Amino acid sequence: MTGTSTDVVVRIEGLHKSFGHLEVVKGVDLDVHRGEVVVVFGRSGSGKSTVLRCVNFIEDPTEGSIEVAGIRLGGGHRTRRKREQIRQLRLHVGMVFQQFNLFPNMTVLDNVTCAPRMAGKGSETEIAQRAKDLLDRVGLADKAREHPARLSGGQQQRVAIARALAMEPDVMLFDEPTSALDPELTGEVLSVMKTLSTEMHMTMMVVTHEMGFAREVADRMAFFHEGRILEEGPPSELIASPRYAETRAFLEAVL
Amino acid sequence: MSDTWERVQLASARIPFRIKTGAVWIALFAFLGFVGSSAGFDLQWIQDNMRYIAGGLRYTMYTALGGIALAVVMALLGALARISRNPVANGIAGFYVSFFRGTPLIVQMFLLYLALPPVGRNLAAKYDWLPEGFADWFLLDVMTAGIIALGLNYGAYMTEIFRAGIQSVAAGQGEAADALGMTYLQKMRKVVLPQALRVIIPPTGNEFIAMMKDTALVSFLGTTVDTMEIFRRAQLVGKHDFKNLEAYVAVALLYWALTVLFTYFQARLERRLGRGYDRSHVVKLAEASLRQRRAAGPA
Ligand SMILES: Nc1ncnc2c1ncn2[C@@H]1O[C@H](COP(=O)(O)OP(=O)(O)OP(=O)(O)O)[C@@H](O)[C@H]1O
Ligand SMILES: [Mg+2]
Repeated sequence: MTGTSTDVVVRIEGLHKSFGHLEVVKGVDLDVHRGEVVVVFGRSGSGKSTVLRCVNFIEDPTEGSIEVAGIRLGGGHRTRRKREQIRQLRLHVGMVFQQFNLFPNMTVLDNVTCAPRMAGKGSETEIAQRAKDLLDRVGLADKAREHPARLSGGQQQRVAIARALAMEPDVMLFDEPTSALDPELTGEVLSVMKTLSTEMHMTMMVVTHEMGFAREVADRMAFFHEGRILEEGPPSELIASPRYAETRAFLEAVL
Repeated sequence: MSDTWERVQLASARIPFRIKTGAVWIALFAFLGFVGSSAGFDLQWIQDNMRYIAGGLRYTMYTALGGIALAVVMALLGALARISRNPVANGIAGFYVSFFRGTPLIVQMFLLYLALPPVGRNLAAKYDWLPEGFADWFLLDVMTAGIIALGLNYGAYMTEIFRAGIQSVAAGQGEAADALGMTYLQKMRKVVLPQALRVIIPPTGNEFIAMMKDTALVSFLGTTVDTMEIFRRAQLVGKHDFKNLEAYVAVALLYWALTVLFTYFQARLERRLGRGYDRSHVVKLAEASLRQRRAAGPA
């Protein structure tokens, strides 16, 4: 949380986002430092997903700016040049979705290798080797030739993590990665995410209501309320002694 | 009486349904054969001339294959343009779809075959800086004009099929591709279109079968002798020998055989595409949106 601005990987400044007349994000500022894990939580509709999706410009910010790995961009009309800048920024960001979004028309291995191949990230053998290593890391080396539809939800989500990691991103975004899973499958995904932090020192922004994971892995937690960060702090403090009644009420509901 | 009828019904219930429908087909053929032979149907003439008429099958198939190839290209471009936020691409595609769905195919054929050449001639006469032989570019032979007209016309309808197919791919797929830093073309080629194809191919097969039948319209342009398709051939020999009944029955049977054959292949292809992953929800979506657009008419 401390440190010079050089080890800031993601800087969200004055972010606002409206859908038509509905303002969903009403001024969010957040810095995420290298190696830091930030857990984002809050009620449904508080704007958590929207903020995450603004970070890699899947949603276009209405106001404010996003800086990732030194590339600073705002919202607005997507000219050809702007689209290319956004794509460059995205090359530094990995994203894991609630619904996995694996490509069903490709094998597991192709899911992991296709983006690095298109981006020309190394030779064909390097890409294949890295994919094998990553599948090994998420415990699915033996599923490389399968199609995603044949895997369980937990396995699919672990492939999705490997797919994002294959681009060697500076930061990983997780939008409720375990919410679509049966309870008995959440553990395998959470433990993979934990090793990303402990072994790879990956910078992560995680939207989740898994408070056990937050307590164990998060360096910092941010509570979203009505499009703003109501309070933030280390999990030990925030979970034990929240300052706001809204935070307390929410924690009581999920704990 | 009612007892007997009861027993007949019970006995009939034991025979498989398909056998019974098959029997109805045979009865219908027998009836038609009876009517035909009473009407002096000349089977021998058909035997003598079928070879000649069927000789046009290759031109029928060339026209249909050429037409569907052009239609697929037009539909793909049209669909991508209709989805895009680029006003020029979107406007051109909207104009194209509206015109070719809003006018009859036969009119489009004549426009290309007979109305285009004077345009070339007059332009060449007015602007002498135009290259040598400019007017000749507008002189299409019948088969080319037919292929282009069929391709453009069907392409306009199929634009909606392709658009529905592309839009039926879950939004999360495109988002995942975007998030991985793919370019628009990479996303379309590797992620969206392969998935859309599963939805697009079956109705495209139907369009191809429909187009095979519409190749008959090309004969109205006055096909030259060396590229006559089956309908034109049947017309000529039928008229010459005063055997219109036999000629048109023969050519109808040929079209029927073609469609039955290709419907069979198309059904097999559809089954094969269905394997792998569940796409039923995707198909339903595409069909619903297609129905909606068909109902809305040309626009
Ligand atoms: N594309 C969109 N168009 C219109 N409204 C949207 C769109 N996306 C999100 N919203 C609205 O924005 C608000 C915030 O949505 P968001 O998905 O960011 O919430 P969230 O905190 O992630 O909630 P959840 O816990 O349910 O995922 C919601 O009211 C939602 O209905
Ligand atoms: Mg959400």
